[in-house]
Amino acid sequence: MKRRTLLGGTIAAAVFGLTSAAIAQQPIKIGMSMAQTGGLAGGGKASLLGIEVWRDDVNARGGLLGRKVELVVYDDKSSASETPAIYSKLLDVDKVDILFAPYATVPPAPLMPLVKQRGMLLIGNFSFQVNSKVGHDMWFNNAPWGPADSWASSFLDLGQKAGGKTIALLAADQEFAQNLAKTAREVATKLGMQVVFDQAYPPSTVEFSGILRALKAAKPDIVYVASYPPDSAGILRAVNEIGIGDNVKLFGGGMVGLQFGAVMENLGSLLNGVVNYNTWLPEEKMYNEGTKAFFETYTKRAVEAKVDPLGYYLAPYGYASGQMIEQAIKAVGSLDQKALAKYLRENTHKTIVGPITFAADGEWKESGVVQAQFRGIKDKNIEQFRSSGKQVILFPAKLKSGDLITPFEAARK
Amino acid sequence: MFSFELLLDAVVIGVLLGCFYAAVSLGLSISFGLLDVPHVAHPAFLVLASYAVYFLNEHYGVDPLLAGLLITPLFFLFGLVAYRLYYETFEKRGSDAGVRGIAFFFGIAFIIEVLIILLFGVDQRSVTADYVGKAWRLGDMRIPFRLVVAFVVAAALTILLTLYLSRTFMGRAIRAVAQDQEALRLMGANPIRIKQWAFGIATAVLGIAGALLIIVAPVEPTLDRTYIGRTFCVVVMAGLGSMSGTLVAAIILGVAEAIVLTLFGASWAPAISFAMLLGVLAVRPQGLFGRRS
Repeated sequence: MKRRTLLGGTIAAAVFGLTSAAIAQQPIKIGMSMAQTGGLAGGGKASLLGIEVWRDDVNARGGLLGRKVELVVYDDKSSASETPAIYSKLLDVDKVDILFAPYATVPPAPLMPLVKQRGMLLIGNFSFQVNSKVGHDMWFNNAPWGPADSWASSFLDLGQKAGGKTIALLAADQEFAQNLAKTAREVATKLGMQVVFDQAYPPSTVEFSGILRALKAAKPDIVYVASYPPDSAGILRAVNEIGIGDNVKLFGGGMVGLQFGAVMENLGSLLNGVVNYNTWLPEEKMYNEGTKAFFETYTKRAVEAKVDPLGYYLAPYGYASGQMIEQAIKAVGSLDQKALAKYLRENTHKTIVGPITFAADGEWKESGVVQAQFRGIKDKNIEQFRSSGKQVILFPAKLKSGDLITPFEAARK
Repeated sequence: MFSFELLLDAVVIGVLLGCFYAAVSLGLSISFGLLDVPHVAHPAFLVLASYAVYFLNEHYGVDPLLAGLLITPLFFLFGLVAYRLYYETFEKRGSDAGVRGIAFFFGIAFIIEVLIILLFGVDQRSVTADYVGKAWRLGDMRIPFRLVVAFVVAAALTILLTLYLSRTFMGRAIRAVAQDQEALRLMGANPIRIKQWAFGIATAVLGIAGALLIIVAPVEPTLDRTYIGRTFCVVVMAGLGSMSGTLVAAIILGVAEAIVLTLFGASWAPAISFAMLLGVLAVRPQGLFGRRS
């Protein structure tokens, strides 16, 4: 071997060695925007803390592919107009390796075409049906919504079993709530129920007494409400003040906010009797491997971070997003987006919220949403929600922890 | 569906809701209506007052209305400082005109929002009091106590401010500065000090109004955005600077909103305030109770 070749080879080997060592030291970047201010911030911050707990856990285990995991997070101010620019920056400037979607339904909606065009994998974060029209085959939602109509079906089914024949729909004039209302109309028709009241209210509504009076006058058996946190509190207050009628057998369904510690603490006894959706509750059958340890860490860190002290709704699913991507990267052995997507699509993933299997549209194959009834809630006590029996699971059957108390007025006492 | 019972309900709730709108708009009626200051941070000051009331209620068990009264002097001082800052940086240099003055107050509003988030977090907050969550039964009608409280407080505030502006020396001086600042200067008075005092009063009123805001519904840091449109609409519709006009305009708005919400569908409600504003401005450009200049 000539001297020059040997020298060249040595330099190349050294450079290559250095480069691969440098790559090995570079962290794997996971990029996302998250609502840290604005109306969705209560949920966004809890979700982010869940993901951060996972990041710290995975780094403590040595990281992924021998590299540390780093989160690159920007505040999208709960606004859909912020997210396209943030995700362009994440891809082109920060050059992140993996994308997580922002929390909720509206902020990620305008991202979907961009992410699809770039051929990037996207782990969804509690969006409802944002991929239904875009059809991105590398979208995987961490939320347990399952098939589009399963949410409304589970609630209306309970109502029908309780003898309900007529239904009132009250939904916020927002993407998420309107999607819920649309599926509820379809399910009601399928079940042969008559819709006697159907109203959308604007998100800026201050006082709900008037709307509830009109709703009460329609004398429905079932009241399905799809609302956002500020409205949920306003609606329940008005229900308490002006009543809803003796014929109502089931009230609730899709009220966002009744899963957040601060809102639950504020509403206290007003929650009694309401049957509402949830994603995780401290009932025996909902614990999986790692769930208890996760909540021990989360509870400690939530106090310092001024985040929802309970964190049942979003935080464990944030952690599960991390677990899914961790399993995929370990199995594939690279960050190749297509290979990761293939793995996520074809396997069942073991997480702290239970096993997750995806359908073709990137939603859970089987819904994991529970419908639970608030019972025996007292005022101004957040700790009570940590014990079982305060939110009795009525659906699905495999997680059931009690029977429905009906009519609604009786259940409120 | 239409029924006279529902209509009557809507009118009653509308009057009460209107009084609440009046209470949160009265301060703006002074700062924007009389002083011509483009105070878009008014609702942010209001939300800040709500959080101060929440703090006193949550940690010291102070009744929300009493807490509102307690923070009033602090808000008066806050108003004095805020106006002085605005005057020194914008008005004095003549750069308050148009967008720049508005940008200053938008900036203040964002700072307040962030400050609230840092201090209290992003979650919704509410207060506890005997009159929150209960209703007054009147035949088949049930009237939420919290709205009755808003009604009484708004009426009292309107009467007090009207008397203050018409019967006291300082009140008359405030109205004079609103009419002709230069004439006041020629008479040897300092219009800036009077404006500063008036801005202090306008901000002090927000102490009580902030208490009502958190009594009527839970608050969150970005709630101010919901109220920018409504409060400016009430003040402009009333005719700039008229206190009793503000009350009447707010009641008209409240009743119209409640009737639409109850009888015609909630989706139309946000359009009501601006449709009414456009209608009033088309017929009476000076507002319902404004004087023709």
